[in-house]
Amino acid sequence: MTTQSSNTLAVPDSTGSRGTRIIGVLALLSMAALALFGLVLSPPDASQGEVVRILYVHVPSATFAYIGCFLTTFGSAMYLWRRSRWWELVAYASAEIATVFTAIVLVTGMIWGRPTWGVYWVWDARLTSTAMLLLLLLGYLAVRRLPADHEVRTRRAAIVGLLLVPNVMIVRQSVQWWRTLHQKPTLLANGVGAKIEGLMLFSLFIGFIAIGLVFTWLLIHRFRLAWLEDQVDEAGLDVAIAERRAEGAAS
Amino acid sequence: MLHDALLIAGKDLRLELRSRVALNQVLPFALLVLVLFAFALDPDKSALTQATPGLYWIAVLFSALLALQRSFAIEAADGNRDALRLSGLDPAGIFVGKVLAVSVQLIVLEMLLGIGVAVLYTTRIEGWGLLIVTSVIATASIAAAGTLFGVLAAGLRVRETLLPLLLLPVLAPVLIGSTRAFEAALNGSPSEGWPWVGLMSVFALLYIVAGVLGFGPLLEES
Repeated sequence: MTTQSSNTLAVPDSTGSRGTRIIGVLALLSMAALALFGLVLSPPDASQGEVVRILYVHVPSATFAYIGCFLTTFGSAMYLWRRSRWWELVAYASAEIATVFTAIVLVTGMIWGRPTWGVYWVWDARLTSTAMLLLLLLGYLAVRRLPADHEVRTRRAAIVGLLLVPNVMIVRQSVQWWRTLHQKPTLLANGVGAKIEGLMLFSLFIGFIAIGLVFTWLLIHRFRLAWLEDQVDEAGLDVAIAERRAEGAAS
Repeated sequence: MLHDALLIAGKDLRLELRSRVALNQVLPFALLVLVLFAFALDPDKSALTQATPGLYWIAVLFSALLALQRSFAIEAADGNRDALRLSGLDPAGIFVGKVLAVSVQLIVLEMLLGIGVAVLYTTRIEGWGLLIVTSVIATASIAAAGTLFGVLAAGLRVRETLLPLLLLPVLAPVLIGSTRAFEAALNGSPSEGWPWVGLMSVFALLYIVAGVLGFGPLLEES
């Protein structure tokens, strides 16, 4: 039975290819560069001290988490509109990676917040909406991984994915109003981006490249894995049908 | 579409009128939540009075979850879902009808729950205009989003656990908005509440459009 299914499928040894290996090596190199610039060469911040170094990971992760969300919504739209399974898998893969990146953003943010603000969590607009984003992504993944038919899962997940970005926007808006009604400026407003200079800006730039490469590398691998899972699902069904038919013919 | 919507809403409400599940089970549950809040927060201190709008809307949200589960449970039995599909009714109409029926039930529940809050938490009710408009818009938002995610979760083995996970984060803006608007109304400064009504209107519109467009495919496939 196993030989039969492996005969019908051209099973690759791994999800890697020459392209991903190059991206992977570049990601490792840029990560080493990020560690060098972020931890050693860049100076500590005037007001935040050494803690500022975590932002070289935190800020790029947040950006790519958002990019992942947009890919999920766009992919879901393309699946619903064009019935493109390719885009459906892009949506699924990027949602999973966006979830990981959002979690990284929250954890690094809390580690940064503890020495900076004295607490792990404040009900800041950005923090709250990021936490809500994580929950919305978990909802999407829960639907995508439902124990149900492939078509049921993908169609329903695509509707959730399509609404992901509009939801995030409304949640952001509401949380922003909610906080500004109570406390005037957000803590982050003059924390990041006030004045970044020279080596610090360069370290952040390297952070964007490194995290971007990791994101791309993960996305390609996750996409290929999801595609293979799809193939196995379908082949598994075909094999099962063929077996039942053979049984029927034999009896 | 409107005709179909009224048919479906009429059917659901007639079912409710005869079975009285929302009245006999969901409403007592909502009142129970109010009492539980009083147990959790000392009613002699100001915490309960200050938190009244938030507690009220939390109770509404939890009850809405039950009402929505019920709204799709009645379609699950005896292959009703297939019958609904074969009936030739416009899917958009079915969606709007379901939203209408859930909304009517929730509005009745909110009125009774409001009386409960006024009596149990000694809330002085002011700013009627804002309170009523907020309730209507928030209810439409909850019902529209709930019906869309309800059909998403319908027919699955995990539907009871999936619906809250999907729906509650999405409804966060509605909870924030309705709570702030109620606070504004009860504090006698309704002008602060109207922007929230605007935000919730955008939300309701988004989900009604999404439901009208997406209900057909979702109903078809399972």
